[in-house]
Amino acid sequence: MDIKATVLQILSDLTGNDVSGAMDDNLFDSGLLDSMGSVQLLLQLQSDLGINVPVSEFERSEWDTPNKIIAKAESLA
Amino acid sequence: MLTFEPYGNPTYFALLGVALLPLMIGILYGKRSRLYETLISIFFLVLTFGGPKWTQGVALIIYILYEVALTWGYAVYRKQHNSGPVFFMTVILSILPLTIVKVTPAVANGQSSLIGFLGVSYLSFRAVQTIMETRDGTLKDYQVMTFLQFMLFFPTISSGPIDRYRRFEADYRSVPDRDKYLGMIQKGVRYIFVGFLYKFILAYYFGTILMPKLQIMAMNSRGGFMDLSWPVVGYMYCYSADLFFDFAGYSLFAVGTSYLMGIETPMNFNQPWRSPNIKDFWNRWHITLSFWFRDFIYMRLVFWFMKHRVFKKPTTTANVTYIINMLVMGFWHGVTWYYITYGLFHGVALVINDAWLRYKKKHRQSIPHNGFTQVFAIFLTANMVCFSFLIFSGLLDKLWFH
Repeated sequence: MDIKATVLQILSDLTGNDVSGAMDDNLFDSGLLDSMGSVQLLLQLQSDLGINVPVSEFERSEWDTPNKIIAKAESLA
Repeated sequence: MLTFEPYGNPTYFALLGVALLPLMIGILYGKRSRLYETLISIFFLVLTFGGPKWTQGVALIIYILYEVALTWGYAVYRKQHNSGPVFFMTVILSILPLTIVKVTPAVANGQSSLIGFLGVSYLSFRAVQTIMETRDGTLKDYQVMTFLQFMLFFPTISSGPIDRYRRFEADYRSVPDRDKYLGMIQKGVRYIFVGFLYKFILAYYFGTILMPKLQIMAMNSRGGFMDLSWPVVGYMYCYSADLFFDFAGYSLFAVGTSYLMGIETPMNFNQPWRSPNIKDFWNRWHITLSFWFRDFIYMRLVFWFMKHRVFKKPTTTANVTYIINMLVMGFWHGVTWYYITYGLFHGVALVINDAWLRYKKKHRQSIPHNGFTQVFAIFLTANMVCFSFLIFSGLLDKLWFH
């Protein structure tokens, strides 16, 4: 399964925006993601990709752009 | 015997300067002396908890032994097993001393508990996160000695900032290179001097000179609607200014001193009065506390609620968790009606804030966004916050019930 496409799909469902044009934009600064959104993202990663991320692994600065999230998902898959 | 409030007077700072000098020269030459660091930690802990306050010192020692036993025991247990109930029991046991300290005054006519000491609430946060990260498996290499240094790191022991075990350990195990460390010294010294301005000039003026006068005026102006009067409004702003400058000043001392010791303790305040909404305010005010609540209560509760599908809609989950999160924060401040109301107030404020942000996102075209709305948002947020601090101050309790 293509991790990149899945993550982008999850992000667009979560934020209601297509983020594929702004892969290095900070999702927290722009208000597209917050703590609630982060948890939903972790749960989606678990159900769609089988990636298990404990909450304490979620260091915001490592998950704040689409590119970083894809890299994280790929490293944990 | 000498005894001090941490960062309380010039002598404390003079002693700090003398004690830190050898350590700083060491780091400049790429060396950390564990022995020396431990000795000055003990020295400053004795200054804070010794002499007439020796009972607090004894309470601290017993408390630390208790938390070491729990965290160490749990780390050993977690290598083999991972049961939910054992985890919950360990967390409950680790906050038991704090709970006793917080509940005792409410049930014993304001008497404080014998097991309390300055900093017990802040140390509990560090112990609980250590246990939680051990359970998650993100903290694999628990060391008793590192845990002790982390808990007893004297610059932040009394009131934070609340560091994280793994972040602290990474700094503590390494020595910053000379260029980086020179930058840290520069920052550290600047923080300490801004701290002087905040704590000894501004907080002194607002808190020690102005506030008692306003309080007397407010008490003498009772009788109107809910005993409110202009002096109460004045007190509200004055108390808010004092709270900010006093705590931000203390935090600057703690962070500055940490930097001089080569430890990048996280900042506690980031221009909170320019927040355009309450959500942003909590990203800027008492940051290490609010992030602790975010990471170890809010996100975990949301995760659990959503995984078990407790509520149908994500917004309901978020709202219920906001209220729980802020109520817990209220109780943590102390078991009085005004602390709990303060927590509830902020919980409700966050719920309303989120609803507004959702509405704004949907109606992006029709809602104006310009310089004026921005200034208005900042003004409204600052005043809501000041009002919440009036509740927090306990003045209303004095006005209404004394």
